[in-house]
Amino acid sequence: MDKRIQQAYEQRPKPWIFELSVALVVIALLVWSGTAVETAGTTQSGAKIAANILSGIFHPDTKLLFSLTKQGVLYLLLETICIAFLGTIVGAIISIPLAFISASNLTPKPVAFIGRIVIMAIRTVPAFVYGLMFIRVTGPGAFAGLLTMSLCSVGMVSKMYIEAIEDLDVRVLESLDAAGCTTWQKIRYGILPQLMPNFASTAIYRFDINLRDATVLGLVGAGGIGAPLIFAMNAYRWEEAGAILTGLIVLVLIVEWISTKIRVKLARG
Amino acid sequence: MSLYDRIFLPKTLTLPNGKQVKKPRSRAPLIAAIFLGMTAVSVEVTGFDMAVLVSRIKEFFVILGDMIPPRWDYMPQIWKPLFDTIKMSLLGSFIGSVLVVPFAMLASTNIIHSRIVVASMRLLLSIIRTLPTLVSALIATYIFGLGTLAGTTAIAVFTFAYIGKILYEEIETVDMGPFEAMEAMGATKARAFISAIVPQVLPSYLSNCLFCFEGNVRYASILGYVGAGGLGLILNEKIGWREYASVGMILLALFVTVFIIETISRAARKRLV
Repeated sequence: MDKRIQQAYEQRPKPWIFELSVALVVIALLVWSGTAVETAGTTQSGAKIAANILSGIFHPDTKLLFSLTKQGVLYLLLETICIAFLGTIVGAIISIPLAFISASNLTPKPVAFIGRIVIMAIRTVPAFVYGLMFIRVTGPGAFAGLLTMSLCSVGMVSKMYIEAIEDLDVRVLESLDAAGCTTWQKIRYGILPQLMPNFASTAIYRFDINLRDATVLGLVGAGGIGAPLIFAMNAYRWEEAGAILTGLIVLVLIVEWISTKIRVKLARG
Repeated sequence: MSLYDRIFLPKTLTLPNGKQVKKPRSRAPLIAAIFLGMTAVSVEVTGFDMAVLVSRIKEFFVILGDMIPPRWDYMPQIWKPLFDTIKMSLLGSFIGSVLVVPFAMLASTNIIHSRIVVASMRLLLSIIRTLPTLVSALIATYIFGLGTLAGTTAIAVFTFAYIGKILYEEIETVDMGPFEAMEAMGATKARAFISAIVPQVLPSYLSNCLFCFEGNVRYASILGYVGAGGLGLILNEKIGWREYASVGMILLALFVTVFIIETISRAARKRLV
């Protein structure tokens, strides 16, 4: 008995060469990446600055936080929500045809491949480059932000839509075919019920992310809460930055809580 | 019976055998109303205007047209910031994903039974997660000075929060049998965690880390905008000078890099899970 166990032990595959080489590669990469870290810029007063920032953020400017004017945090948050909301919708609408073109079970391979490359290219361009392009179209403001948001959403949303489309249960369509349904009936009763919950869930998830990423838009003056936040931080007005951040964090947490609830409901049908 | 059903009474149907069943009214009108209302408010606030969009959309392609063809001879100056970006995201992802392990352990209900600890850990993770990366990068530049260290820190913070949430959800779904058996034999919590839980969550943890790294490479290019090193720095500069052909070259380099990294990491993730 003992011998047999030992034999079995010795006959186990020995993956250590593979594991060791992977570990070596990872360590080498980490050491290599460590060379980029410049500590020269670290100032002696770093800790003091950090303390200042934290104290400012924890003592937010409550007047700004609760003011109802157009410069107040509440209005800025509303604007940010609106940008993220419409941006998600527009992005989701653009994604639907893109996803159908790039789904490998519907279109021929080369077309699907080109579609995927286009989606990846859209995803790679940083948000502020789109922001600049759209400001030429609409002028600075929330409208440009909305369009930027929608184009930034296209990458992830269409990727998840493609997955949903590729997971379609074709047997349902076959049975509808057998029952003598027309193409429109097949789409209405065979495809839409399968895709809708998935699509909606993805869009809601992306709305969450867009709300969080909305600060980026402020960099180029494309509306939302980003610009005041970055101005406040660049001017070392930490109480103001704290007020804006508090508002943003509370909003994002609430929206995330609600959207998780909706998505769980969608997933369970 | 929910409020909605009390206002819109369910439809009563009589079955052939005389039995009466109630069919609740569809929620679709309510959802559609909320959706349309939100859309209307958003259109009002953001000033969305289809006419402007249609008539001026060609302006969008002006800059895009300037980027093509990209300036190939600018490539030699791109290498260093490009590698800086990769290094920043690699190191940042590594630091963040390693640091978060104990925190994720403390945030899992099946390992820590104290509700206060779990709730406070989760709150901490969600607050860090909602902190915009741009803000953490900006704060890091004030502390560490302009440069890649600030970017690395910002990426580490983001990875910390992102991996943390996925990891504690992962830990909560593992089979607790081995863990309980080890604890019953007198192993400490940390020891039992390493031997019983780690092997179960390791593949998906590594896979998520790789996925996060992929995203970070793309994200790191924005950080340069606030002075946190990498590609964003020269990108910002070239945009400022309106040298769009160079911008096009930078974006092309970034695209190829992201493509290569994604291909490698997807292959690695397929092996893992």
